[in-house]
Amino acid sequence: MSLKRNVLDLRKRKEIVLQGGGEEAIKKQVAMGKLTARERIEAILDKDSFHEYDMFVEHQAKDFDMDKKVLHGDGVIIGTGTIYGEPVCIYAQDFTVAGGSLGLMHARKITKIMDHALKMRMPLIGINDSGGARIQEGVDSLAGYGEIFFRNTQASGVIPQLSVILGPCAGGAVYSPALTDFVFVVDNISKMFITGPEVVKTVLGEEVSMEELGGAKVHAEISGNAHFFAHSEHECFEQIKKLLTFIPWSNQSKAKPFPSKPPRPEYNIEKILPSDPTQPYDVRDVIRAVADDSDFLEIQQEFAKNIVIGFGRIDGETIGFVANQPAVLAGVLDCDSSDKAARFIRFCDAFNIPIVTFEDMPGYLPGVEQEHMGVIRHGAKVLYAYSEATVPKVTVILRKAYGGGYIAMNSRHLKADFMFAWPTAEIAVMGPEGAANIIFRKEIMNAENPAEMRKIKVAEYRERFANPYVAASKGYIDSVIEPSETRKLLKHAIEVSANKSVMTPNKKHGIPPF
Amino acid sequence: MSEQKYDKLEIDGAIYKTHFTQKFINRKKWEQPTPGIVTTHIPGSIIDIHVKEGQEVKKGDLLCLLEAMKMHNKILSPVSGTVKKVHVNKGDKLHKDAVMFEIE
Repeated sequence: MSLKRNVLDLRKRKEIVLQGGGEEAIKKQVAMGKLTARERIEAILDKDSFHEYDMFVEHQAKDFDMDKKVLHGDGVIIGTGTIYGEPVCIYAQDFTVAGGSLGLMHARKITKIMDHALKMRMPLIGINDSGGARIQEGVDSLAGYGEIFFRNTQASGVIPQLSVILGPCAGGAVYSPALTDFVFVVDNISKMFITGPEVVKTVLGEEVSMEELGGAKVHAEISGNAHFFAHSEHECFEQIKKLLTFIPWSNQSKAKPFPSKPPRPEYNIEKILPSDPTQPYDVRDVIRAVADDSDFLEIQQEFAKNIVIGFGRIDGETIGFVANQPAVLAGVLDCDSSDKAARFIRFCDAFNIPIVTFEDMPGYLPGVEQEHMGVIRHGAKVLYAYSEATVPKVTVILRKAYGGGYIAMNSRHLKADFMFAWPTAEIAVMGPEGAANIIFRKEIMNAENPAEMRKIKVAEYRERFANPYVAASKGYIDSVIEPSETRKLLKHAIEVSANKSVMTPNKKHGIPPF
Repeated sequence: MSEQKYDKLEIDGAIYKTHFTQKFINRKKWEQPTPGIVTTHIPGSIIDIHVKEGQEVKKGDLLCLLEAMKMHNKILSPVSGTVKKVHVNKGDKLHKDAVMFEIE
């Protein structure tokens, strides 16, 4: 009899916690167009797979009458569950409980589940919806953030870490997502900034709305802080699940293989490239023309669109694709695109994902703004990331590979394992126009008709040097291939690289040009 | 990406048909700085002015105090010369890059 009473008592206690911040607060949450923390967890995980920890944790603050306040679960829900049958760790801040504010016990719950994810080698999904530090707890809440950031850094490159911003995430709190691998935002719901519009206005006199300062679009398009943008929470959850199908559970495993599927017939690899190297096209069509089922999960789709990054599969195996996008800014490397590509390359390298690079780029973006923004140190990140990567690295030069860009985009010289070039490839120190102007300056200047002479010399240079055969004759390119052979050869390259093993000098860590 | 209208980007003498990003279009155009034009490097308010128009100043002389981020920033003359124009008054709230003094 007494056992039954105890069980009933437990159920009652649980029920109270399950109410979160209570009916009123939940109504407000719904009115903002948001799901509750518990609904979010349930929507992401497999049905009935969630097991919650630390339900009965309470804060221990005493100042400012906090000892009289009960905050259920201290404003955060943590636990484990499965996605497509595979285990994950998850936490969700509960905005209905004291605005999801982070105090010491709230942070301890988060760090507990982070430690668990790292120890058990499984992905960590963090759902952020919090007004920020719990002011009443003072330096304890700062300590809490610090403990989280430290663990984000420790876990970096060991387990995948996903941050989902489903509400405000302001002040110091933003640095946890920034340290993780993928940040998801939802239009009109996500707000991220270091200092809010109020402070910006009083200190700087700049009037800006929350949305314009740190809304989902801002981070997806301008700042590059977000990797996935969705219009609704449910779309966001689908993106999370899709991403997880492409990545491994830790740096000690490989992504789960899928059954091989041919690309869809509407992506005809022979009909994508315009023959004139100054004409644009969408390089994502080339990726889709080689990927299984033409399925390509693009990352940072709206940020630095002059480079394309994302996951697809070839013959069932996950591939990280990096491709210059001639349709945007002619596919140049600049500060933002270098940053975007470099970070992705390092993710792939850390998590045993082979990298396929499609190259078609005229060089770096010229301009005072770029030079002053530090295109040198940003551009160096790409060289660093490719050089450092030891996963299988394959490059296909589609068209232009000029100058520093040729070296940076996973060239043979940075230890690419396979260098393929289409017959349309132009591998040279610069484009024919620029090169002819320099090499034949005198002939052009002294000619009776300089414009005519320039044309002749440009054509002459193009004929002799703007092709893949000069580089192939020196062994810098392994094979000049027909576009239709691309998928077959990529598959081959990945297959024969399965046991790739390289020795790197022993070091504590390198010093990338952050 | 619209197929009809392309932007043109010149790199090493070749002109590429492509699309510009909003960020690229909005980028700040670089202007040659003029040494005698003293501008704010941070938004703030003028709490004291130490020079008058027509006054001779040496490089390093105090021109004014600009309060920004709770700090009283000393604005020093970047050149030696005559204060040609004072554009600010005590109490003015200024944006970043606002012209405060012209010195010749």
